[in-house]
Amino acid sequence: MSVLEVKNFKKSFGKIDVLKGIDFTLEKGEALSIIGSSGSGKTTLLRCLNFLEAPEEGQMFVDGNCIFDAIKDKKISSNEIRKRQLNFGLVFQNFNLFPQYTVFENVCLAPKLLAKDRDDYKHNKKAIIEEIEENAKKLIERVGMTSRINMYPCQLSGGQQQRVAIARALAMDPKILCFDEPTSALDPELTGEVLKVIRSLKDGDTTMVIVTHEMNFAKEVSDKIIFMDEGVIAEQGTPMMLENPQTERLKAFLTAFNQ
Amino acid sequence: MGSASFLSVTLNLLHGFYTTFLIFAITLVVAIPLGLIITFGSASKIKPISVVVRCFVWIIRGTPLLLQILVLVYGPGLVFGHAFYENSVGVMIAFIINYACYFSEIYRGGIESISRGQYEAGHVLGMTKSQVFFKVVLLQVVKHIIPPMGNEIITLVKDTSLVRIVGALMFMGSQYKEILGKSFEYVSVNALIWPLFYSGAFYLIFCGLLTLLFGYLEKKLDYYKS
Repeated sequence: MSVLEVKNFKKSFGKIDVLKGIDFTLEKGEALSIIGSSGSGKTTLLRCLNFLEAPEEGQMFVDGNCIFDAIKDKKISSNEIRKRQLNFGLVFQNFNLFPQYTVFENVCLAPKLLAKDRDDYKHNKKAIIEEIEENAKKLIERVGMTSRINMYPCQLSGGQQQRVAIARALAMDPKILCFDEPTSALDPELTGEVLKVIRSLKDGDTTMVIVTHEMNFAKEVSDKIIFMDEGVIAEQGTPMMLENPQTERLKAFLTAFNQ
Repeated sequence: MGSASFLSVTLNLLHGFYTTFLIFAITLVVAIPLGLIITFGSASKIKPISVVVRCFVWIIRGTPLLLQILVLVYGPGLVFGHAFYENSVGVMIAFIINYACYFSEIYRGGIESISRGQYEAGHVLGMTKSQVFFKVVLLQVVKHIIPPMGNEIITLVKDTSLVRIVGALMFMGSQYKEILGKSFEYVSVNALIWPLFYSGAFYLIFCGLLTLLFGYLEKKLDYYKS
């Protein structure tokens, strides 16, 4: 069974149709890269997965369970959306770390708040908090930021901030981790360290959806690639498709990209 | 004798300072949270609430504090013939409402200055709206609004001097009551209430025009975001 199945996502902003019916599936442990020019709808698609935008049509299934249905979910409570949202993690283009918290606090904050909903929270408070903090330390180590664990975001480089943002997203243990152009806001010499972390996640079997402009990286890390153009999936397949594009549109995109 | 009068003046001033400080402290303690409620009210998705709250803020910001103090202290007495509360209570209500409205505008500016990405980051991490506000946004807002709040709070210290007018007017009022006798009511309606509201209307129009002007400037500069 696919870990993620998206059916017929449609979304418009005013008169502009941004998504015109998107369908795809993703298997556990796979990495999917979404490529395409600006305005093709790839970021909107990612935001729909994360419940930051609501598609007007379509459904979404995680592990076979329907977690979004545009028709039935019109009157759903924000609490319920919050629960379903947690199937996904999102790493933003411009990091969006919380500036008033240290690296450690950024990673711990959301898990600690969520833990308050647990029935055994009052009873086991100390143990739960300890577990969250231990896990946070492990994740920070995993992205190579242990030496800066008590620093504030403003004291870090863009690449370091993005690595912390990845640890923060992982702390919620999402089934699917999404990246929205994770290296676009970085200086070229800093992209490597972030890509290295994403690569290590791939080796650790994290299921990922990556919107990216890094063609070589997409080719190397992805199991599947989707090429979006004007709100539709113009072509999808294995990374091989970047070597051997079938559609004129992808050919044109790759040619423009390599110039 | 010189030193004795200096001492008595100082003691008097200290006593006055006590009153000033009391008004200052009570206003701050109540108006700071009340301002936040007003901010939420004016940003409410329920249209009637936001319209009423915005109108209220516009009226309070559009009229002088002195006028508000007069209306709250003497208004009930003039309209209904007797006051429902002590003068000091009227003064405090006027100060609290006036400052809560100004604070709410400062908060609004501070909240709008926080990038949407901060809210979105909180939401995708599964936080509730109130958690996002109190754990993520609030501290950043506080940092942004400290300079304008500082201005406003210093103005509050100086505005406490307006309270003096209540004491002075009360003295005059009681004199007139004796002289005018029964016609006091007629005079109070025609010589006090109407002038109060009418002068309030002038201030509102003047401030309303200024509000429009600044709204226009704000829009005009909205074509770029930093």
